[in-house]
Amino acid sequence: MGNRRISRRGLLGAAAAVPAVAGLNALSRGGLGGETALADTAAGNGAAAGHSDHGFPHATFAPGRSVDHRANGFEPTELLRDFDWGKTRRLASGRLLREWTIVAQDKEIEVAPGVKYEAWTYNGRVPGPTLRAREGEKLRVNFVNSSEHPHTMHFHGIHPALMDGMPGIGERQGGGQIEPGERFAYEFDATPFGLHLYHCHVAPLAAHIARGLYGAFIVDPKQGRPEADEMVMVMNGFDTNFDLGNEIYAVNTVGFHYINDPVRVKRDELVRIYLVNALEYDPLNSFHVHANFFQNYPTGTSLEPSEYTDTIIQGQGQRSILEMKFPFDGDYMFHAHVSEFAELGWTGFFRVGDPSKLSSAEAAALYCKLPWGGAGGIS
Amino acid sequence: MEASAQAERPGGGLPAWALGVIPLALIAAAIGAFALLGGPGLGERSGPPVEELTIERTQLRPGEIELTLRNDGPDPVEVAQVAVNDGFTAFSADGGREIARLGSTVLRISYPWIEGEAYEIFVLTSSGGTVDAAIPVAAETPAADLDFYGLMALLGIYVGVIPVALGMLWLPFVRRIDARWIGALIAFTVGLLAFLAIDAGLEGLEIAAGAPAAFGGTALVFAGALIAYLLLAAVDTWLRRRGERAQGGGVAAGGLYLALLVALGIGLHNLGEGLAIGSAYAGGALALGAFLVVGFALHNTTEGLAIVAPLRGGGGGTAAATRPRLAQLVGLGLLAGAPAVLGAWIGAAAFDPSLAALLFGVGVGAIARVIVQIAPSMRDGDGRYLHPLSVAGMIAGIAALYVTGLLISV
Repeated sequence: MGNRRISRRGLLGAAAAVPAVAGLNALSRGGLGGETALADTAAGNGAAAGHSDHGFPHATFAPGRSVDHRANGFEPTELLRDFDWGKTRRLASGRLLREWTIVAQDKEIEVAPGVKYEAWTYNGRVPGPTLRAREGEKLRVNFVNSSEHPHTMHFHGIHPALMDGMPGIGERQGGGQIEPGERFAYEFDATPFGLHLYHCHVAPLAAHIARGLYGAFIVDPKQGRPEADEMVMVMNGFDTNFDLGNEIYAVNTVGFHYINDPVRVKRDELVRIYLVNALEYDPLNSFHVHANFFQNYPTGTSLEPSEYTDTIIQGQGQRSILEMKFPFDGDYMFHAHVSEFAELGWTGFFRVGDPSKLSSAEAAALYCKLPWGGAGGIS
Repeated sequence: MEASAQAERPGGGLPAWALGVIPLALIAAAIGAFALLGGPGLGERSGPPVEELTIERTQLRPGEIELTLRNDGPDPVEVAQVAVNDGFTAFSADGGREIARLGSTVLRISYPWIEGEAYEIFVLTSSGGTVDAAIPVAAETPAADLDFYGLMALLGIYVGVIPVALGMLWLPFVRRIDARWIGALIAFTVGLLAFLAIDAGLEGLEIAAGAPAAFGGTALVFAGALIAYLLLAAVDTWLRRRGERAQGGGVAAGGLYLALLVALGIGLHNLGEGLAIGSAYAGGALALGAFLVVGFALHNTTEGLAIVAPLRGGGGGTAAATRPRLAQLVGLGLLAGAPAVLGAWIGAAAFDPSLAALLFGVGVGAIARVIVQIAPSMRDGDGRYLHPLSVAGMIAGIAALYVTGLLISV
């Protein structure tokens, strides 16, 4: 939204700054009212009527329509816990070889109800598959470029230059920039352990990443991590009008998805979030959870957390492993604390408690029942 | 000679009307065949669909922002989402979310806007394109009820009818002054009218810039001016011919007749002015301070003087001296001033940038025609248009409007 914001600042002028702040306060007051009613309901008094019929609970898409996840070929709630361990076989040396095939393909996806975007994808989904391995394994990623454009897979990790997915390096050996119809096998060791990412590195770089060519890459430590309900959240955005600023922000692609279909978790169970910032055009993104705190393991490269907090900031390409437990049943919002992103789609809910108590349709009606009627779309 | 011309009459034995219709029928057949065959030879259309949306009107009601969108491009456009100040929000579309070519829809956007704040809206289409709308200062759009129309009428009377009537009170003065000064007085009117024409033209072009290009945009201002000029010229010719027939000798440029033309030109201009005031007020962009009303009134008083100037007669030896009846004077005043009321109503209730651009153009054309009509009256004894007195008069007319205009620059 960079360009747009600058122009609006120009329009407002300094004198308008004070009333603008007052406006934000009014919005957040409305938000709080809505959530209070929600928490009551979830705590068991059962009255959906507790939800305010007036006011402005939170930003939302227009009611009455939803994203066609089937046409997209992926569903954000399923993406959360979809870890792709690939196929393994034991090498003669005794080492384990872990192998994946990743196909780059152009695909139109619906990023918000009714809004189509010509995405470039790994395996037809945005974000690409969450590749997961264990420290010390040998990895092979067979990359096939079925897109109309040249692409690569550039992994964050430690590997030789030829395996870096960098145009201009290794073309003679069949690597470097992979032209349409070409293929290449990236081979490297799973190291260091932590949470990394992979993305296309063909110029223009921002455009190739923003189109959807990115995914999470997890290397588990040899000894593993404590048992937990694990999920991947790739923060991303879409510059649908190609003005070098995002119109829609999200976690796992579809804006406001986890408002309509909250992330179900169990009370007192350890939740581990693999959080990756794949956002382009905006230098910073953030993650904030309501009514809770989490341990932050930056890049996941240490087993000791660096901070106990409820809000973190991530620059482009930055990532963190977050661990928390929810001590109370109820619904808890999580969103970018960059409020602009939050209201442009990067907002969701955790639902703590028995998931069967409320259907997603009820949940949507509960959260998005606005004075003008109708519930936010879900499918 | 005559016989051979008959024999060689083009088109053989066909009647003239058939010769006129045949090319039309062939054109229709060709277009039909072209459409049926899907534009042979042109191949598949290349590139993504073109989306062009124009925001024709922005209205604010408590908790709601209403945008009137017009599809200005060649392809249908579907509105998918709407964000206000970088936050998506719920909305409904009166005319449906899909807008056909040249069609329009009204988006009712639910948003707790606050008076005095600035808002920026973007409308996201199904292909991800955006259309921006800006609300520089939010204020509730007045409800179009009886009170509102009454207020607009009062406003029109304040800025249009009363000042023009006051200006016409200069009539006795005009009748008394020395005949030599009449040329200067007419020149003053010409200068004043020229300034009005330029002012209206610029305002029309400004409004047209925000109007859908498919309906002509800025071309509407020029078209309006041309049409108004031609229509007035035709009316003028018709009236003169009728007068000649009735009197067996020209009405020449009778003083009352010239005054009528000036009043008509000014009236058309005031229609545009009322339109601008009404729409600005409805949009909350115009604070109705007493100062502003006084400014408009002073500004328009000079227009009254312009109407009565030709009534002196005798200037340049063409206009006959006239002694109009009171009713005629009232009629002239209403013709010049009352359109401001009508304009304010239209502007406040049904502002449409294309219509406004056209009306401003009409004002320009009408004034141009009036200038051409009254200019002969500023000639001196030798028939020269530009003599020191007339030039001074014109400059004084321009200056008078410029100075009073400073009071109303919003």
